Amino acid sequence: MSASAIFVLDLKGKVLICRNYKGDVDMAEIDHFMPLLMQQEEEGLLSPVMSHGCVHFLWIKHSNLYLVATTNKNSNASLVYSFLYKIVEVFTEYFKELEEESIQDNFVVVYELLDELMDFGFPQTTDSKILQEYITQEGTKLEVAKSKVPTTVTNAVSWRSEGIKYKKNEVFIDVIESINVLVNANGSVMSSDIVGSIKLKTMLSGMPELRLGLNDRVLFALTGRDKGKTVVMEDVKFHQCVRLSRFESDRTISFIPPDGESELMSYRINTHVKPLIWIESIIEKFSHSRVEIMVKAKGQFKKQSVANNVEVRVPVPSDADSPKFKTSTGHAKYVPEKNLVVWTIKSFPGGKEFLMRAHFGLPSVENDEAEGKPPITVKFEIPYFTVSGIQVRYMKIIEKSGYQALPWVRYITQSGDYQLRTNA
Amino acid sequence: MQEWANQLCENRQFGSKMTDSKYFTTTKKGEIFELKAELNSDKKEKKKEAVKKVIASMTVGKDVSALFPDVVNCMQTDNLELKKLVYLYLMNYAKSQPDMAIMAVNTFVKDCEDPNPLIRALAVRTMGCIRVDKITEYLCEPLRKCLKDEDPYVRKTAAVCVAKLHDINAQLVEDQGFLDTLKDLISDSNPMVVANAVAALSEIAESHPNSNLMDLNPQTINKLLTALNECTEWGQIFILDCLANYTPRDDRESQSICERVTPRLSHANSAVVLSAVKVLMKFMEMLPKDLDYYGTLLKKLAPPLVTLLSAEPELQYVALRNINLIVQRRPEILKHEMKVFFVKYNDPIYVKLEKLDIMIRLASQANIAQVLAELKEYATEVDVDFVRKAVRAIGRCAIKVEQSAERCVSTLLDLIQTKVNYVVQEAIVVIKDIFRKYPNKYESVIATLCENLDSLDEPEARAAMIWIVGEYAERIDNADELLESFLEGFHDESTQVQLQLLTAIVKLFLKKPTETQELVQQVLSLATQDSDNPDLRDRGYIYWRLLSTDPVAAKEVVLAEKPLISEETDLIEPTLLEELICHIGTLASVYHKPPSAFVEGSRGVQHKRLPGSAGSGESVESPDTSSAAGISDAPPAVIPSQGDLLGDLLNLDVTPPATTGPPPAANSGVQMGAMDLLGGGLDSLLGGDLGGSSAMGAGFGAAPAAMPASFSAPVSGGLDDLFDLGGGVGMPMGAFSPPKTVWLPAMKGKGLEISGTFARRAGVFQMELTLMNKAMSVMTDFAIQFNRNSFGIAPAGPLQVLTPLSPNQTIEVTLPLNTVGPVMKMDPLNNLQVAVKNNIDVFYFSCQYPISMLFVEDGKMERQVFLATWKDIPNDNESQFQIKDCHLSSDAASNKLQGSNIFTIAKRTVDGQDMLYQSMKLTNGIWVLAELRLQAGNPNYTVSLKCRAPEVSQCVFQSYEAVLKN
Repeated sequence: MSASAIFVLDLKGKVLICRNYKGDVDMAEIDHFMPLLMQQEEEGLLSPVMSHGCVHFLWIKHSNLYLVATTNKNSNASLVYSFLYKIVEVFTEYFKELEEESIQDNFVVVYELLDELMDFGFPQTTDSKILQEYITQEGTKLEVAKSKVPTTVTNAVSWRSEGIKYKKNEVFIDVIESINVLVNANGSVMSSDIVGSIKLKTMLSGMPELRLGLNDRVLFALTGRDKGKTVVMEDVKFHQCVRLSRFESDRTISFIPPDGESELMSYRINTHVKPLIWIESIIEKFSHSRVEIMVKAKGQFKKQSVANNVEVRVPVPSDADSPKFKTSTGHAKYVPEKNLVVWTIKSFPGGKEFLMRAHFGLPSVENDEAEGKPPITVKFEIPYFTVSGIQVRYMKIIEKSGYQALPWVRYITQSGDYQLRTNA
Repeated sequence: MQEWANQLCENRQFGSKMTDSKYFTTTKKGEIFELKAELNSDKKEKKKEAVKKVIASMTVGKDVSALFPDVVNCMQTDNLELKKLVYLYLMNYAKSQPDMAIMAVNTFVKDCEDPNPLIRALAVRTMGCIRVDKITEYLCEPLRKCLKDEDPYVRKTAAVCVAKLHDINAQLVEDQGFLDTLKDLISDSNPMVVANAVAALSEIAESHPNSNLMDLNPQTINKLLTALNECTEWGQIFILDCLANYTPRDDRESQSICERVTPRLSHANSAVVLSAVKVLMKFMEMLPKDLDYYGTLLKKLAPPLVTLLSAEPELQYVALRNINLIVQRRPEILKHEMKVFFVKYNDPIYVKLEKLDIMIRLASQANIAQVLAELKEYATEVDVDFVRKAVRAIGRCAIKVEQSAERCVSTLLDLIQTKVNYVVQEAIVVIKDIFRKYPNKYESVIATLCENLDSLDEPEARAAMIWIVGEYAERIDNADELLESFLEGFHDESTQVQLQLLTAIVKLFLKKPTETQELVQQVLSLATQDSDNPDLRDRGYIYWRLLSTDPVAAKEVVLAEKPLISEETDLIEPTLLEELICHIGTLASVYHKPPSAFVEGSRGVQHKRLPGSAGSGESVESPDTSSAAGISDAPPAVIPSQGDLLGDLLNLDVTPPATTGPPPAANSGVQMGAMDLLGGGLDSLLGGDLGGSSAMGAGFGAAPAAMPASFSAPVSGGLDDLFDLGGGVGMPMGAFSPPKTVWLPAMKGKGLEISGTFARRAGVFQMELTLMNKAMSVMTDFAIQFNRNSFGIAPAGPLQVLTPLSPNQTIEVTLPLNTVGPVMKMDPLNNLQVAVKNNIDVFYFSCQYPISMLFVEDGKMERQVFLATWKDIPNDNESQFQIKDCHLSSDAASNKLQGSNIFTIAKRTVDGQDMLYQSMKLTNGIWVLAELRLQAGNPNYTVSLKCRAPEVSQCVFQSYEAVLKN
């Protein structure tokens, strides 16, 4: 059904740790992984699935590690990749950072976790908060606590333990919208969308029932209210805790939240948004002598708002040298290892327009290798503002002990995959 | 390995933090002995440290199996962490020390009764992983208890253990009744237990396809759907994957399951979403298309599919491979979502290539401008594979969207001007296909192409260019020079280029015979005498023989009009597609191959199918439908779309019954002189090929796939695939052809007996004859002639009986026919008077052809036209007939009829009665419109025919009856 065995390899392909779950694939097959990978890389046909004879390798890379699942069946590939990423998530929460060293330093816990995360190829409990209740790093200390299975493991509510207590009951809600834009070299917007995310930091006692109210167009339509200031969410994805069938039937977002930080939901909105920071660029390349770059950045958002930490990243040829810059605001820096000019503007008010000029020398002997045409990318954050106009109307918190709890909401808009192609 | 451990300890020596890595320091020689002592220490702490060291050694690959008894001795401990480590050790080494593993059994059994559920579960989980037969029998009792444990954590672990045990000893599991207990767990109160029970059962069912283990019924389905809402994300996947194997009883059940599955599309885990998509795509098949809910469901599928593209790249890749399947099955779902597939600069290459593929699939007149602009942008990138695919995509757009062809060609010409070598080559390859699709339209660009002749160094591009030169030889002044230039290095070329060069020069010769005689001689001798490639040699001989015996026939064969290629060329063959849809999210859907192609031991496993559409409960089955297709000896013709060997072999049979006469042994050791022996066989073989010409086209990539729809292709599977053919859903069958009957008895033919029939194969109308010599002397000089007849049927070539027919010899001859001969109305209408001559005498006989042989392939009327025509034809021209004793569902009937070019245009169901509206067109342009009424359970059908020439109705009715009853 899914994985026969899971391996963690270092960059050279050496097995750091592994777990054989089903025993139907020879564990030595992993020796074929690295040669296959290198062969594919050489041919430029890298693929996340590789096979050698009857054995299939499904792999992901994380920092200096490869996580590989082997199988000889028609496995559910999407489940395997999801699971591998879940392993990364769990290990990261356990060891702060997941890398070669952390695996070696914690091999006993890693084995324990591998034993608990999957059984006979079926993923089991993968919620790191719950796992931490009975698999701990310091085994000696928590002998007592560990001797019991937290009921949470098999409960319908498998993400929150009972008996959580806070003096002050609060929940923090962050609404974060990322803007993805792809603009063609001639300035036309090829695609744009908003990917929103609602994150929670829950500090609530007991088993609270929460209900989140948004200005969701479909909900307003269902209840026959005026749909003036509402948003249309194209697609919504929820955390395990949200009752999906309830949402499907009456658009109510009801849930018992996981404790601490979590992503409650994400949504996608397809409406055509005006790119918040508009870039016009002229990149002129005079072979064997110089490159001249002129970039104009314009804030196409409300005057009252301010974009922070704006970075405009402009690609330059890899053999460029002796940079010279002139900016109307902020400062520009050449990052040779990435072949970029990064123009940073700490604070960029709406409606304003700024200019940056750069001049580079080019060697008289030209680089033979063809270079790609990387786009200009932009990074920014605009606080207290969402492009879509989404609003948290209410967050109802009900717990049987009847405490009063306060919800806090913050809004922020930031750049996502924000690319503008150039003519150069 | 040891290096690693040593190096590690060096790194760590100075570290202040105490981590597990310290355990790696003790793997020097002689340490085993030391470890042994430590393992047997009285101090708990020391023991535990020693076990950790052992595990550390095991981790770095050192063999520590020698410590087995000592480690097992540590098993009895109340320290959970230590116990886990010992268990881990056991799992690794039990197999290599089966006898000693028995020592562990007692502790396992005891642990299974420990008051702590974590330990009970740990024990049962580990025992299942110890694949030692002797141990498994001890496992049964503890497992039985654990399956009924009060703690759900233990039960969910025990459920999986049943699957483990089944894998080791299936018989034992059955004998012990564990399967029933497992099935009971589906009704467990705890969702996680249900999910694991489902997973375990599915796993067992998968490895034992005939066990009928998962007898899913509405009650269990209901339980699963209830658990679906409550279990973990992984549990949801197990349940959804299991649901996907169920076939609902009717459309109502199908809808209600869909309704309960759709909320899963909002799950944050991509794998849950894809598994839900699989269930929905499958069950949707059963919903009537006019149902409101069907439309709602279609709309609901698009957004989650698009969102999958924001997942991690590997998941994006899986999603894209599946979207590729989904858009082929239901293009309407994503038709407005083109722009989300635009490639981003930082996409990994495997994502880029897949997006490109989907862009082409979604390309339509509405978005083609945008798509072309993007493709052109991609074609100027630097990643060679990506650029190539982008260029190829431009060509495919041209073929797919006719209105864009001109823009595509000019874009390709722009790209050729860039002179980037691989771009030019790729462009030439696709332009060849554009020529095939739109003949006589863009040939003005040939000059530009010829300019780049010298830069081509890839076989595919060279072959494409040569094909173009040969195909358009009459318009290229120096075609002979161009081809001659290739000939110099003939033997260094790849086979693809050699074959193409051979064909191109023969074409050139047939077009300009006077100047090129020498060239053709040269190439024929290169191909036949100097080459050891059998394909090349055989093709060379065929041309040679053809040119020397009958240049006219050669022209007809070599320069025959080729079928147009179409976009379908790169679509996945429908039955495979259906199977892959049932495997959404799995490796099969990623590879686009059925599981049987890459999973060992799954050959006998039944291929998954989509359920039949609404209304046709008894969807097409009956394995004998293939024989009804009239190809009794040969298996149904096949187009190999996956290029597998079997497919290729069968492809030879596309050109129907060649000779059974001269046995193949005749060509052993033939030299040029012995060619005559082969004559008859070869020629009739080629005769049958007329018009189909696929053999000719086989040299260039896409050709064979463009065969008419009456052939369908199983792909890549074994023989079982072939026999499955008849059962396919909605699969058109070959045209009906009546069995051969004796037309001229030997009594009347002075010893010559002629039996025959008519057939329409691959769009070619032909007479198939068996000539038998029952006289005492040899017969030669056969010829055939037809009298004038109602539809102007005439032989399209001479009767190819080239070898003398010896006494008692039988020969099969195929005579291609056309309908351009003189016309005279006959009575009955379909009567044909034939004269056959041989060296003895001239014989006359008459026979009747089924009128369905004259139904042409483009006989499908537009709906609107049909309606108008039906009204327009006076009611007096309508005739009604009864067909009795027919037991086909409306879909099956429609499929059968379609095989004979009777096309169903619309279907209506009123009060349980299906009405099929059909049209057909005769070779002389007469349209016949029909209404076929049939009712489930009633074997009597009614056909109403309307035609402006009502006299054909009787014959058409006879054809209906013959086709449906065969």
